[in-house]
Amino acid sequence: MKALRFMLLLGLALGAGDALAAGPPCTLIRGASLPGEDGERVVDVVVSGDRVAEVAPAGAATATGCEEVDASGRILTPGLVDPYTQLGLVEVSLEAPTVDTDLKAPFQDGSGQIRASVRADYAYNPRSSLIPVTRLEGVTSAISVPAGGTVSGSSFWVDLAGPRQADAIQRAPLAMHASLGARAESRATAFQTLDVALREALDFAARQAAWEQNRTPGFLLPRLDLAALLPVARGEIPLVVAVGRASDIEGLLRMTEGTRLRLVVAGGAEAWMVRDALARRRVPVILDPLVYGPRGFDAVAARPDNAVLLHAAGVPVMFSTFSSHHARKLRQLAGNAVREGLPHQAALDAMTRVPAEVFGLADHGHVAPGAVANLVLWSGDPLELSTRVEGLWIHGQRLPLTSRQTALRDRYRRLPVDRTR
Amino acid sequence: MRRTATRVALWGAVALLWSACATAPAAEREGDPGAPTALEQLEARAHAPVEDPDPAVGGPFTLQGATVMTATGERYAPGYVVVVDGRVEAVGAGTAPTPKGPVLDVSGQFVTPGLIDAHSHLGVLAEPHVKATDEVNEAVAPNTAGVWAEHGFWPQDPGLERAARGGVTTLLVLPGSANLIGGRGVTIHLRPARGARAMRFPGAPDGVKMACGENPKRVYGQKGGPQTRMGNVAGHRAAFAAAQRWLADNRGKKPEEVARDVKMETLAAALEGRALVQVHCYRADDMLAFLAAADEFGVTVAAFHHALEAYKIRDILAARHIGVATWADWWGFKMELYDGIPENLAFVAEAGGDAIVHSDSGEGIQRLNQEAAKGLASGRAAGAQLSDDDALRWITVNPARALGISDQVGTLEVGKRADLVVWDRDPFSVYARARWVYVDGVRIIDRDAARVPWSDFELGQEVER
Repeated sequence: MKALRFMLLLGLALGAGDALAAGPPCTLIRGASLPGEDGERVVDVVVSGDRVAEVAPAGAATATGCEEVDASGRILTPGLVDPYTQLGLVEVSLEAPTVDTDLKAPFQDGSGQIRASVRADYAYNPRSSLIPVTRLEGVTSAISVPAGGTVSGSSFWVDLAGPRQADAIQRAPLAMHASLGARAESRATAFQTLDVALREALDFAARQAAWEQNRTPGFLLPRLDLAALLPVARGEIPLVVAVGRASDIEGLLRMTEGTRLRLVVAGGAEAWMVRDALARRRVPVILDPLVYGPRGFDAVAARPDNAVLLHAAGVPVMFSTFSSHHARKLRQLAGNAVREGLPHQAALDAMTRVPAEVFGLADHGHVAPGAVANLVLWSGDPLELSTRVEGLWIHGQRLPLTSRQTALRDRYRRLPVDRTR
Repeated sequence: MRRTATRVALWGAVALLWSACATAPAAEREGDPGAPTALEQLEARAHAPVEDPDPAVGGPFTLQGATVMTATGERYAPGYVVVVDGRVEAVGAGTAPTPKGPVLDVSGQFVTPGLIDAHSHLGVLAEPHVKATDEVNEAVAPNTAGVWAEHGFWPQDPGLERAARGGVTTLLVLPGSANLIGGRGVTIHLRPARGARAMRFPGAPDGVKMACGENPKRVYGQKGGPQTRMGNVAGHRAAFAAAQRWLADNRGKKPEEVARDVKMETLAAALEGRALVQVHCYRADDMLAFLAAADEFGVTVAAFHHALEAYKIRDILAARHIGVATWADWWGFKMELYDGIPENLAFVAEAGGDAIVHSDSGEGIQRLNQEAAKGLASGRAAGAQLSDDDALRWITVNPARALGISDQVGTLEVGKRADLVVWDRDPFSVYARARWVYVDGVRIIDRDAARVPWSDFELGQEVER
């Protein structure tokens, strides 16, 4: 870490309590390489409070009195975003009391297939040991997603900021989640469930007043679910559909033709086969480039260059580990997509700019004045396996590069065990 | 570039049994100390080939100009490899003094030994994952020592070709970990054939899969036990004790007099060291408990698999030369994985232990090089002094040793099988791809050529571009 020299300049010799009261200090990150559409620029980045205040050519930053970080020879990127995780909803996957992804609840339709009204964010545990572990690999934001049923409930966007829900949760509900594909019954039933639920939400909006006066028949779905689905049907929040088989994606596109839905495909093992249709409808795809092989009959045509073909066709691409404990592998996924032919910048965008745009968090996913200061300083190419995170800021706060795992590492660094650590 | 193989390769299973005599009890060798014991003769019958393995071997050819990473500590940049009759005839720095066959210019590229996965379920948990292809756990009783992964191995698993495209040339296919004793594993040499037996690595001993910790007690907790870790260890000890008795009862008999018992034959092979014990175990204390039971009955552990807490007991594992087969960064999906750290591989290696990157995954087996690279980076960041060659050993010679085949593969050395990979760049880069993959000098993967799927399953599927 000798390249990262900290120079405490005037005015910042405050105690911890004072610092808290004064808000985060301003930070000047000097001489970082900032990748972008037009190649890398060497810049100074000023962070003030929780935002980026200035991005200037190296040496040209005007801020004074900031804590300075020498970032020369280092790469600076926005914090990475995994848009489909269970972070903060799972601690140990096989220990049921630590798993909070299933939103089946009493106040919803009896089949358990529609859980639209339940929000996952109240279950979010910002003190989960997974969060620092994930952060150490440069992931600063995640969307945490419920599972189960055909309509699984709503997700939320978190910045992996610290121990308070209020600091971490950026938007909830963020998006509605559904799944199509193989199930006990015909997969056709899931299409109908989703279709009816979304149509009835609009119908509900149109007939609610009459219904409250008993002048019109009731609804198939509980009112709570209809209310939760209304912003989805109106295109106010995205509908993320977990679906892999090409024909299921086609079915989804056919079924929703002419609607105002903001569709996002998650999984999309065979999405490359219907890339032109996805591009026409501007439907983004969240995928895992590491999954390769006909792992089931919904993925017979899975191929490693899925992201490459989708991107070339104009489909916005994002990457996800679809995981909790593996979310830290995100940049390895991107590296593999580049290996298969995806442009390097597109791979970085897929983990930063694209999820911010698709999910409507305009102040995330880029390094520019006014953006939330979620920043990662890398020792080299962020996608390369030998590269390490050397600096990490979330909401302008520099976070220590520690986790429960680094504590174990330090305790067992030498044997016999050092019980003082 | 194909030549007919030696009979040794053809009759590898038989050769194994003869070579294994050294470890069998001397008391049975009265008269002819080199003769196989009755149990060894029975094993030979059980392993006899039906389909002859492909006799073709590759060479002569010469790879010239690449960075040659040998996994012996030597790195030649640039260097050469000469392959003749499926074997490495020469390897060294600079230009090959006596090249044989066509000289292939691979300047700027990298050559490594073929990668070896010490823990796979390809073929027994085959793609497509449907009920009918799930052969991994005979979860009907906690001790199913009599089952063999080979007998459930589907050679048409499309994952096998994917593994080869990732540079893998050999893999140990194991039964799952539901059972205390899950059955025999089979070492597969990646040369496509119509049945598992013809794909057996010539001369490789069988593995015996055992498991400790959460899985057996979860699977059998409501089905008669074991219900606890206490029950797990009692189950292992009871099985070892019974096998000892059976061995004593059947020693010195003629093959036709042996009281045939397929469970006991597997356990006896494990006790006598003719089959290698591969133990699924995560926690440090679980590994120590297993070792106590193993010591009691004279059982040698070849490797602990998954072994997320190996770093806590790396001194003990290194002193005993027990392999540590693990991932770079998996953790947390069960309680016994809660203390996993990404420095595990590096700390084990630094302590002189046999660190091994395994996959246990159809995805991970396609990227063993990337997993090793991650483990190396984590270790170096923590101050471990490790070379690239050290990390290469995690995916080559160290698993070869755990599988009992390091005399044949795992390094680029004269006389070894020409199982090798030509990478388009440094194999520890995320961008690296295996361009050519050779087994016995035969090019099984060629990225320069149009792909024809290995698996019959993939033929004729409606998969247009």
